[in-house]
Amino acid sequence: MVQMVEEGSTLLCRMEICVAEAEKRSGKNAMSMQETFTAYLIETRPMDAVAEGRNPAPDSLWRRYSEFELLRNYLIVTYPYIVVPPLPEKRAEFVWHKLSADNMDPDFVERRRVGLENFLLRVALHPVLSNDKILYHFLTEEHGWKDVVYETGFQAKADSRLRALSATFRVRNPVKRFLEMKHYSDQLQSHTSQLLRARARVADRLYGVYKVHGNYGRVFSEWSAMEKEMGDGLQSAGHHMDAYAASIDDILEEEEHYADQIKEYLFYAESLRAVCRKHELAQFELEMSSQDLISKKQQREELATGIVRIFSLKGMTNKLFGQEAPEQREARLKLLEELITEGEESVKEKTVECQEHVEKAWVDMQRFKGQKDRDLREALINYAVMQINMCKKGIQVWSNAKECFLKM
Amino acid sequence: MSGQGVPADFSGHMLDLDEDDDLEVFSKNTSVADGSIVLDSPSSMVNQYRLEYNDEEQQETITKDLFVSVDNPESHVTTIETFITYRVVTKTTRSEFDSSEYEVRRRYQEFLWLRSRLEESHPTLIVNPLPEKFVMKGLVERFSEDFIETRRKALDRFLNKISVHPILSYSEHVKVFLTAQELQPHRKQGPGFLTRMGETVRAVANSVRGLKSRPEEFILMQDYVEDFSNKITSVDKVTQRIIKEQKEYLDELKQYGPTYSQWAEAEEDLSDSLKGVANCVERCSKETGDHIDHLSQVLVPALHEYVLCAETVKAVMRRRDNIQAEFEARNDALASRKADQETVSTLLYPHTPTENHTYLQEEVDSLADRLEMANIALKEDWSRWQNNMRSDLRSAFLSTTEKNIEYYEKVSLKFTSQYTQTLHEMSIRADQAF
Repeated sequence: MVQMVEEGSTLLCRMEICVAEAEKRSGKNAMSMQETFTAYLIETRPMDAVAEGRNPAPDSLWRRYSEFELLRNYLIVTYPYIVVPPLPEKRAEFVWHKLSADNMDPDFVERRRVGLENFLLRVALHPVLSNDKILYHFLTEEHGWKDVVYETGFQAKADSRLRALSATFRVRNPVKRFLEMKHYSDQLQSHTSQLLRARARVADRLYGVYKVHGNYGRVFSEWSAMEKEMGDGLQSAGHHMDAYAASIDDILEEEEHYADQIKEYLFYAESLRAVCRKHELAQFELEMSSQDLISKKQQREELATGIVRIFSLKGMTNKLFGQEAPEQREARLKLLEELITEGEESVKEKTVECQEHVEKAWVDMQRFKGQKDRDLREALINYAVMQINMCKKGIQVWSNAKECFLKM
Repeated sequence: MSGQGVPADFSGHMLDLDEDDDLEVFSKNTSVADGSIVLDSPSSMVNQYRLEYNDEEQQETITKDLFVSVDNPESHVTTIETFITYRVVTKTTRSEFDSSEYEVRRRYQEFLWLRSRLEESHPTLIVNPLPEKFVMKGLVERFSEDFIETRRKALDRFLNKISVHPILSYSEHVKVFLTAQELQPHRKQGPGFLTRMGETVRAVANSVRGLKSRPEEFILMQDYVEDFSNKITSVDKVTQRIIKEQKEYLDELKQYGPTYSQWAEAEEDLSDSLKGVANCVERCSKETGDHIDHLSQVLVPALHEYVLCAETVKAVMRRRDNIQAEFEARNDALASRKADQETVSTLLYPHTPTENHTYLQEEVDSLADRLEMANIALKEDWSRWQNNMRSDLRSAFLSTTEKNIEYYEKVSLKFTSQYTQTLHEMSIRADQAF
């Protein structure tokens, strides 16, 4: 992962962070049931100590995956205009047959450790997120951190899914850029997931091709025993075929890291979409508030002038059953005035909110775009390098086999 | 063309040489000096042949005097059937041939005829098998281009192997096959079906009697052939499996590449890098396709041929055993007659001259000769066969390794240029940022 040093001071400038280890644990969960989970060791060291060449022992604490999830949820709610870095996948997806889907599998755990570290580094490098106090506590206070998070009351601020969905359909004037960005996030998600699926199938097949060559090894070895002149050549060629068959394991293990890099952006697409949805929601609420204010003002006008411009039940009943008494009208007008004042405040607030969100979100989306292009370009370069290395190994093995056959 | 173990079409070489140069070279070959077949001693011929395979290009043109090729398949449609004929071109300096060049057309059936004639005339020589069973697994159209081409190559191999065989190439049947415009009249001659049946019956009867003892070297040969047959069949199966896996790999690759180019369409700055990878994967697909073709056209036919060869050798060994059994049967009969006679006649008729078992004796003697010649012929042909096998398989395996190396080199090249390109892009953008 390319670490481009952002302008300004971020947490990472002050503190070295890494997820050093993973450990299997047993404990009781929220429902007092016995469960097995993996805990991850987070180590931190002050940057200035490192820079000065001192090597103090790092501070450390253990966290489990669910705590990372909690942190992330908090960040999403608290910074709705930020494309929040994703966590590594909870369950193994896009597996090909030899790759384990078991969450306890050591390779999966290791890749997850790397993913969690990556998450922390990205957050700590972010110009906005890195300053968050809760993040700091997450890295430094093992116990009681959860309580602190809950105390922020962030859960209450979370938007309901239903509201967000409804806003998507009913919003009238979202900023065009956000619509485009949302469309892009859909594309990004769809393309990366197709790529990952296809890659997993290719990996599966390639595994098959390499492994079948191991059979050559076995047969050549048996055959060499019955030959005089051909024996040596056959036997050593057989060994090379075995080596060839074995080489695919490392090759594909390395490719999983490439897949993880792509996967990160598959999950990032979701974060990007979340920011766009937040805009839609904010815009929608603004529109609703404005709408409400307008209708209240019209009601006031009606009451004041007696002219019914818009059909209202009150107006109709008035016509049918006669007008109300002036005192009642006064009372209603007064209430309306209050509501209108409130409404104007609300619209002002929401306008500001919406505008802020638009501005800040746009900044972060640009930042995200630059990061994405850099990271993915690097991932593609890594992929090319991996393929070139795989070819080099192949050339080596087959050249060796060729030497053996020449001696046959 | 040059340097390959698979017998290429050597008529090309012939055309390059000056006519006079040819004759000059061949006049040194004493084995065809006066038109009669003067066979060198078998071992020296074998040595000569061995030399050929160690230094193919140089030696072939000196010791080989019969060049054949099979090409130009054509379809023939009659009212009864449709079949393919192949053009068989012969160029030779051998004096048994009236002319130095021949061109005839033959169909597969006629190759079969030639082979069965050769087997009959030389029951203990190893005659190369014909490609009937070279059909690859799965449905193969009898008239599909691939099938015809595969068969043509195999027929070409078959004739070439015959043409360099020190004994078989001088067979009258071969001459007729290569020269007669119409093969039909010649096919009627020779031991008929019924005679062959008779031989088979006798052979079965003899084998029931059992062999007294097979000479050590043939026991070893038998064991070897059994093992070899198993091994070569396994190698063949493994190869088929590899082809199958490669095909499935290719199918997935074809789906995989486009995911990059489709993604590229949704991107701006990243688009070129993504398209680059898409191109690399496409190149990978193409090379994998070529690799599969190569395996199917070079390695598989070579392995198949030796799978069949193993069966041929087993049959040859059975025939040799029969010849031995027949001799032993007759020999036993003679011995017991003599023994009987001694006992009976000396006891009962002391003054009667002993029966002359001339006829039986002659028969036994000729069978003994036949056995000895058969054993010698087989031993030498076996040695030739082993060399051929080693050489042919070695060359097929080498070709396969070279193809693999070529595959990786080409794919590596493509990814390297992609890598360089993307790095270049990165540096441009880095410059632009400042």
